Amino acid sequence: MIKLKINGQEHSWDGDPNLSLLWFLRDEAGLTGTKYGCGVALCGACTVIVDKEAARACITSVSDVVGREVTTIEGLHATGDHPVQKAWRQLNVPQCGFCQVGQIMQAAALLMENPKPSHDQIREAMSGNLCRCGCYQRIENAIHLASMGV
Amino acid sequence: MNILANPRKLRGFEQFVRPIKVEKVSRRSMLKALGIAGGFVLAAPVMSRPAFAAYQTGADKMPHGTVVDPRVFVAIAPDGIVTIVAHRAEMGTGVRTSLPLIVAEEMDADWSRVRVQQAHGDEVKYGNQDTDGSRSTRHYLLPMRQIGASARTMLEQAAAKRWGVPVTEVKAVNHEVLHDASGRRIGFGDLAADAGKEQVPAIDSLKLKDPKNFRYLGKGEIGIVDLHDITTGKAGYGADVRLPGMKYAVIARPPVTGGKLGSFDSADAMKVSGVEKVMEVKGWPWPSKFQPLGGVAVIARNTGAAIKGRDALKVTWDDGANGKYDSVAYRAMLEDAARKPGLVVRKEGDVDAALKSADRVIVGEYYLPHLAHVSMEPPAAVADVKGDRAEIWAPVQSPGGTREDVAKTLGIPEDNVTINMTLLGGGFGRKSKCDFALEAALLSKELNAPVKVQWTREDDVRHDFLHTVSVERIEAGLDKNGKVIAWRHRSVAPSIASTFAAGTVHQAPFELGMGLIDMPFEIANIQCENPEAAAHTRIGWFRSVSNIPRAFAVQSMVGELAHVTNRDQKEMLLELIGSPRIVDLSSVKDPWNYGEPYSSYPIDTARLRRVVELVADKGGWGRSVPKGHGLGIAVHRSFVSYIATIVEVAVDEKGKLTVPQVDTAIDCGTYVNPERIQSQIEGAAIMGLSLAKYGEITFKDGKVQQKNLDDFPLLRIDEAPLVTNVHIVPPGPDTPPSGVGEPGVPPFAPALINAIFAATGKRIRALPIGKQLET
Repeated sequence: MIKLKINGQEHSWDGDPNLSLLWFLRDEAGLTGTKYGCGVALCGACTVIVDKEAARACITSVSDVVGREVTTIEGLHATGDHPVQKAWRQLNVPQCGFCQVGQIMQAAALLMENPKPSHDQIREAMSGNLCRCGCYQRIENAIHLASMGV
Repeated sequence: MNILANPRKLRGFEQFVRPIKVEKVSRRSMLKALGIAGGFVLAAPVMSRPAFAAYQTGADKMPHGTVVDPRVFVAIAPDGIVTIVAHRAEMGTGVRTSLPLIVAEEMDADWSRVRVQQAHGDEVKYGNQDTDGSRSTRHYLLPMRQIGASARTMLEQAAAKRWGVPVTEVKAVNHEVLHDASGRRIGFGDLAADAGKEQVPAIDSLKLKDPKNFRYLGKGEIGIVDLHDITTGKAGYGADVRLPGMKYAVIARPPVTGGKLGSFDSADAMKVSGVEKVMEVKGWPWPSKFQPLGGVAVIARNTGAAIKGRDALKVTWDDGANGKYDSVAYRAMLEDAARKPGLVVRKEGDVDAALKSADRVIVGEYYLPHLAHVSMEPPAAVADVKGDRAEIWAPVQSPGGTREDVAKTLGIPEDNVTINMTLLGGGFGRKSKCDFALEAALLSKELNAPVKVQWTREDDVRHDFLHTVSVERIEAGLDKNGKVIAWRHRSVAPSIASTFAAGTVHQAPFELGMGLIDMPFEIANIQCENPEAAAHTRIGWFRSVSNIPRAFAVQSMVGELAHVTNRDQKEMLLELIGSPRIVDLSSVKDPWNYGEPYSSYPIDTARLRRVVELVADKGGWGRSVPKGHGLGIAVHRSFVSYIATIVEVAVDEKGKLTVPQVDTAIDCGTYVNPERIQSQIEGAAIMGLSLAKYGEITFKDGKVQQKNLDDFPLLRIDEAPLVTNVHIVPPGPDTPPSGVGEPGVPPFAPALINAIFAATGKRIRALPIGKQLET
């Protein structure tokens, strides 16, 4: 039996300990905010925060996060008003929206580590998160906006 | 770096920073609103009739046409909450917001008291729901205005009756009906029951709002209804649906199109923890429209276990006739075909004689490979089939078509099939094809339980309905003065029609009409030809479709002609477009014209010239750029909109390419939400750059050689243009609305390629660029 802490809540799992965190979150815990996009850490759609760092849930197994704190989009902010989420809405960032949860989690992790990232630092930190609709200009602007505390 | 310290970053930024009111839409409150008796009756008789008034569209030629009935689309609850039905698919264009917004505008409803309800797939009830071809606003602006105006008229009539005053003395203003003479006012909610009993007014009698008085339309101040849910992870896509007792399935499919299952051994798969069953899935012979490919399904308690189980399967396949499909050989065959005469699909003057008499003939042969859609959400669907009834939850662009296909596949009446439209995590034409929903339906029927079918990214890349592969060959004849007197364009590509009918070797009118036969240049001798090409895989619509290779070829050739005649690209382009006129396409048997009547949507070269001039003006055409940089321009009319793009490119000594700036001008006629137009065009630049740099699916031994985002890369944020500016042409009075979702893509690649030529002197004629610039 594996015990996991996700968004401050205890979860237990008695199945395959190598099951990826992504499918545990989505299919077993019902936390569908975290998305599947590629399964091999190439797109960032499944980004969650483990302790204080962004992680790709698709290549993280449930046993990898035992004793650690997993934060998903559902736990990022109680009312959805994290500065990144607010900036995202203010700039109308999303188009289809599917990748946006991963983008937001990655951006939130970036700002935790570096509250005032530069243009180049934003582009580097976000380069693992794909957006097929092409919202990149607004993603970058929204991270600037969030970092400015507007 | 502070964003405000950088003027380049600031451009296009300031206008986004405005408060957007975000209304959270709770599903429960919507359902409650709809369930309350006394509002508009929803189970209304269908009233299908042509859209009318200032312009005609092709809407009524679409399956099931248009339904203009407020009782189908609008419900008002006693508490004043107005629920408006969105009947088209939301894949990122914002249509789920903009169509209901049109209704709200004409009703004079207060948007903060409007809730949006997604329709089921039911085209008899709602009219055509097939969300592709950049048609939603073009076909529904007028019908949605009429629906809103009908609802408003019914509310006004109810108020007038209640007060015993003539209806001409009352008017709806901001969610209330007012009687100015007496100062009386009454809210929409209080009128709902009475208004529901009013007769629906005749469409011809409706008075539409004067656009001067629009509160919402054309302003771009309303955020999309799903914005809050998207940013909090609550937005529901196809794969997010969970039902009690639901099984999770992934499928191993034949790697070659038209191949069949040989044998399989499930022993190892069944040993995987969480795997519950392994079973064959029925497949259809190719071509079969959107029917499943068949294969072996692994059923498990979660998706991760199903994938692991599939990895452990031992399967053999019979590849069939397409097992020899090879992209290298096929390209050579296309090139060979393009060098010989083909079926003539447009002929003006005598192109052979003119080419013979020309002072110079410039030949350009342009290649564009297969492209995969790769929406961020891979296909996924949930089905719950019980006896002769089926309920589906799926991210489909065509819920009406899906309903029809599910019914046929299961052999049950269409009335017994419910299609729940989830949000689409990107569509781009892939999700016009409902094969994944059909797979879920077949499995649910067999298992007698709800089933989710999840496509992995590998499945998506390997079993897509791909963008075609094409060679476009243009011969341009110049006279002594450098004037183009002859233009022959041969286009060779397997047709989308091959997915519907075996033996297809010519492109369909809807493909020929995308930048080939509708070429707008003023040239005396024009001939367009379509040599034969057979398909060896599933070909499908990809955002902008045949316009991508056509604009790439035609606009690259303009750049080539400018170079050989030593002229500015933009001047060359304007000379070729010629005088402001309506292009005469009478020589073309079926001009198609995106299904629109030519009278409402002609090829108007004045509009084409205007977007060129606008983008040149706003985008600083001719500005001096640093060494290693270059500017390129291209224009293309598609989906009856006019779009011109300027790309500034920088190529370093090693051949690494970056894009400092993109400017695009769009004339899409009357528009609803300029903010979403801007986002679509920003995104089109990314997609255009992505396909130009990287886009390529290849086949060997009949199999797709790519598998995931490492070998089919998409553009990343660190390669994105530093700034993309969008310039929207203000609509003239009564200019009909035209497409937005797709037309931004086609001009991008040729503008980029022309810019690369300006920067480096290298002319790229085959995409993707890949390593061609590397030194």
